[in-house]
Amino acid sequence: MSDFLQYVFSGLTSGSIYALAALGFTIIFNARNVVNFAQGSFLMLGGMITATLITAKVPLPFAVAAATVITVIIGGLVQRLAIAPVKDADPVNLVIITIGASIFIDGIAAVVFGKNQHMVPAFSGDHAIHILGATLLPQSVWVMATAAVLMAGVSWYFRATLAGKAMRAVSINSNAASLVGIRPDRTVLVAFGLSAFLGAMAGAVASPITTTVFDIGLLLGLKGFVGATFGGLGSAVGAVVGGILVGLFESLVAGYISTSYKDAVPFVLIIGILICRPQGLFGSRVLDRV
Amino acid sequence: MRRYQLNRRGFLLATGSALLAPAIVHAADEPIRLGSVLSTTGPAAWLGDPEDKTLRMYVEEINKNGGVLGRKLQLFIYDDGSDAAKANSFGKRLIQQDNVDVILGAATTGTSLALVPLVEAAKVCLMSFGAARVLIDPVRPYVFKIPHSDTMAVQAVLGEMKSRGFRKIALISDTGGFGKSGRTETMKVAQQLGLTLTINESFGERDTDMTPLLTHVKQSDAEALLMISTGQAPAIIARNYKQLDLKLPLYTTHSQASYEFIRIAGPASEGIRMPTPALLLADSLPANDPQKKVTTDYKNAFEAKYKIDVSTFGGYAYDGLMIVVDAIKRAKSTEKAKLHQAIEQTRGFVGVSGIFTYSPTDHEGLDTSAFHMVEVKNGKFVEYKI
Repeated sequence: MSDFLQYVFSGLTSGSIYALAALGFTIIFNARNVVNFAQGSFLMLGGMITATLITAKVPLPFAVAAATVITVIIGGLVQRLAIAPVKDADPVNLVIITIGASIFIDGIAAVVFGKNQHMVPAFSGDHAIHILGATLLPQSVWVMATAAVLMAGVSWYFRATLAGKAMRAVSINSNAASLVGIRPDRTVLVAFGLSAFLGAMAGAVASPITTTVFDIGLLLGLKGFVGATFGGLGSAVGAVVGGILVGLFESLVAGYISTSYKDAVPFVLIIGILICRPQGLFGSRVLDRV
Repeated sequence: MRRYQLNRRGFLLATGSALLAPAIVHAADEPIRLGSVLSTTGPAAWLGDPEDKTLRMYVEEINKNGGVLGRKLQLFIYDDGSDAAKANSFGKRLIQQDNVDVILGAATTGTSLALVPLVEAAKVCLMSFGAARVLIDPVRPYVFKIPHSDTMAVQAVLGEMKSRGFRKIALISDTGGFGKSGRTETMKVAQQLGLTLTINESFGERDTDMTPLLTHVKQSDAEALLMISTGQAPAIIARNYKQLDLKLPLYTTHSQASYEFIRIAGPASEGIRMPTPALLLADSLPANDPQKKVTTDYKNAFEAKYKIDVSTFGGYAYDGLMIVVDAIKRAKSTEKAKLHQAIEQTRGFVGVSGIFTYSPTDHEGLDTSAFHMVEVKNGKFVEYKI
């Protein structure tokens, strides 16, 4: 029982990180019909900038805030400089452009921050909490709580604010939205900024657990994408559920079968869901098979 | 008086020698071409980066003091990103395009193995900074190794476990070249020593959470834990180990013998034991230790220039470079066959990792006498006697 709980804690922690990344994918996909593979880089930037500022003796809250702000600006730049100029490009081309942006950002990070592993101290200490025979790091609680708060915030944003509703309108039909006075290009910019914000927060709060390095975005972003697809690309609820499920499956496979197969789990999941139910668990849109 | 006529043959002779003359003069000034493939980025960056820094620093230093045999050293370094396939393609470039006389590197076992077929075919000597026994067993004529092998590390660690009365051991290793090789060696040595491996599991080099794996270890009746891995995972494992409140003694290999590891793992590194070459203990070596001078000189020079702690990996690069320089001086040439013979005849060379003696049947050069067992205490590596 305590082992199962341990695997669940591990799975929920990674799952929360994947869920935030998946939410980022979904928001941009909804606004612009593009899968933004630079999402992983936003996660990396959140952790790396925080680590660098803390080494420079900046207090933790300011370091995280600054990392988030910088990443949001970079997210906006990606949209303005890489996505906006290619208005009616093929979706595949857009994906390739975002992969290029991600490689570019990772490369700059390697030069600016160095190629070494970086450490961020845990926000409230390393003393593990004992629950029913399993242990939970305080930082894991931070990760899960941050993810929950951000998800609630995003949900409120889309339901209750005019800007959020405008983004939903653009995702349903961008021509009709522009007819009623919504500016799609401004909305897409906000979408990128919001995704970058989610990615940066996820990366920053996870960095005391995962440590951070310039190319950590590749794998984390990819697993977030798997989570988004598994839950249904286009559905915010699906993204969150998908991300958490990917984390849980990974952890349970590692625990009950073998750790060697852990990395295979997300890829088996994505192949499975694309064959059996391509619209994902919660998705309702029919996706074009490329 | 006969008119002197320049006939066709004379013309060719004159032009030919006029063109060759500068070449003959410059042959003596032709630089010694040192090639290197290192992992300055990727999971093994904390191995490759100090190696890169060390090579550049000492090549510059040697050139300032007149070079070797009056010739300057020219260094061609490429970054393989801790990827064996990239290492292979850079190896090809070094041999076919840059025409190097010798190759120093690569930083890990996996990337070094990618260079082996190339140097064997081109008959260029390779001084590897990878540790696994598989690099020099069976002996390949052109492949030499600097670090202690994983076999020696495993023998040192398992030997100590046996002497402390442990019989049941847990082994966790990564799926990279070093982890795989270490796992094979551990299984062999454990059987020889009569120890049982109650857990024998692998994890990915880029994995960020090993708590499920360590939960298995906690469930088992293992009395000690041996972790064999390079790159980023060991620091994460140390932290997971502390989170799960594991009590069994944690050992690892000399791949973690670096202050960088202590910095990332933080307080979780306390109490971890591993074998290490003398370099890490330079300050506490007794004055009559033959390695005292060379380790303290290298440590002080490296730390003064780069303002970071010295690491055993940088030490491997130092030894590799100095052994090659010493061999060139003895051979009085960089001609491939002569250089190969000279390297193979290295005897009693005092390096920072140990005292090297190669032979046609031994391209490892070191034995366990160069290894010291250390434990992390208060953020420092402290030697202890078994």
